[in-house]
Amino acid sequence: MIPVSFEYVAPTSVEEALSLLTEHGDEAKILAGGHSLLPLMKLRLAAPAVLVDLGTVDSLRYIREEDGQVSIGAMTTYAAVEHSETIRRVIPMLAQAVSLVGDMQVRNRGTLGGALAHADPAGDMPAVVSALGGSVLVQGPHGQREIDISDFFVDIFTSALEPDEILTEIRLRRQEGAAGSYEKFRRRQIDWAIVGAAVSLSIAGGKIGDARVALTNVGPTPVRATAVENALHGVPVDDLRLEDVSQLASENIDPQPELNASSEYKRHLARVLTRRALQSSLA
Amino acid sequence: MPIPITVVVNGASHHAEIEPRTLLVYFLRETLRLTGTHVGCDTSTCGACTVHLDGKAVKSCTVLAAQANGHDIRTIEGLASGDSLHPLQEAFWNNHGLQCGYCTPGMIMAGAALLDENSTPTIEDVRHGLEGNLCRCTGYHNIITSVLAAAESMRSGGVR
Ligand SMILES: Cc1cc2nc3c(=O)[nH]c(=O)nc-3n(C[C@H](O)[C@H](O)[C@H](O)COP(=O)(O)OP(=O)(O)OC[C@H]3O[C@@H](n4cnc5c(N)ncnc54)[C@H](O)[C@@H]3O)c2cc1C
Ligand code: FES
Ligand code: FES
Repeated sequence: MIPVSFEYVAPTSVEEALSLLTEHGDEAKILAGGHSLLPLMKLRLAAPAVLVDLGTVDSLRYIREEDGQVSIGAMTTYAAVEHSETIRRVIPMLAQAVSLVGDMQVRNRGTLGGALAHADPAGDMPAVVSALGGSVLVQGPHGQREIDISDFFVDIFTSALEPDEILTEIRLRRQEGAAGSYEKFRRRQIDWAIVGAAVSLSIAGGKIGDARVALTNVGPTPVRATAVENALHGVPVDDLRLEDVSQLASENIDPQPELNASSEYKRHLARVLTRRALQSSLA
Repeated sequence: MPIPITVVVNGASHHAEIEPRTLLVYFLRETLRLTGTHVGCDTSTCGACTVHLDGKAVKSCTVLAAQANGHDIRTIEGLASGDSLHPLQEAFWNNHGLQCGYCTPGMIMAGAALLDENSTPTIEDVRHGLEGNLCRCTGYHNIITSVLAAAESMRSGGVR
């Protein structure tokens, strides 16, 4: 399978990439790791006339920790996140979640920026980053803006990014006294999640403080399980009624049925995976 | 419009003018005639096309040759040194790690990348590392045995 012909440009800075996007307008598309875009182009479901490759923009690959904030350059690969000392120490849940994406080869190419910008309802990172809480930095022709992750996912395959904007950085807070876990269910190891559940909580004095729970592939965007979050807040860990709390994850969602799962089955998975993610967070 | 690229493949530098839509696997197979890298699915699923890009295993059917410009590629042809097989090739041979052999170049390249990162893998590490490689013949058991055997032989004085 061969993509439709296109022009390929390899800018070396964000500024250069932005002016290429402005110059070519709707014709152009950003290429990051290419592990969503190239398969679509090979199937000819996407046929951009110009590909602007961010692979040559070295300034977008970094992981930094400063004043309780972790900043990850958009072109940082899953593999770099998975093996980063900083991430493993400061946000271990992210390293654990990333290790469940695709396979080794996919993790060597796919980027965190691409995974968020693509806004695939079955993608793992949208729910994981939603549960961790944070924001993305975006640069456009008129400067820079920061978008809270809760406002970033708009609809299926649609984010708050404008076509002439580039996602440059993912910002996450350091998780002090925090625990978390991501659980996904899939038919084969390399498959996308049929459903996924991401849990991130803070624990102090034996009690659960803030809790954020987000689900993969039960709606057009990642879905925050707010009923679960509220039921967790302030509860002593020893008194937690796991079954009752997890049950709330299957309520108030109306997942689309798909080839391998009815809506009912996805609701069942939402409950089971939320329970497992809570169990491993508290283990 | 063709674009110029320069890549180092198995230690030798190659310069070529390519169509931007050329996938790395077709550049390797059709332009450089390195047909050891196979195309199994052409849909990023099977791993038969696995090569190393700057030392990391990638599916070359899902990388543009243009994205490899200025980078270092290693294919199955670059693994043996002269007549002496790489420990992984040796181990696949000894442990019956292949039947038809179609998936083998990809399995070995994925295995080599895995062992570069982790010289003492557990059976679980090997299974996790080879998740992106499918085999229709062997049932995986002997492939995993082969990678573990290669790890062992590389630790006990293997050259690489
Ligand atoms: C075999 C296989 C298995 C996979 N399994 C999983 C899985 O289990 N879970 C999962 O979540 N994903 C999976 N994926 C998808 C993979 O994670 C993708 O790599 C990822 O979703 C997209 O990241 P990318 O860097 O490859 O982006 P690309 O494919 O390069 O780009 C994706 C889209 O985002 C846009 N874009 C990319 N970066 C930016 C940016 N910085 N600013 C603005 N726009 C941008 C592009 O224009 C494009 O529209 C799999 C892919 C394959 C091939
Ligand atoms: S041919 Fe590339 S993954 Fe199957
Ligand atoms: S040996 Fe035949 S596909 Fe693996």
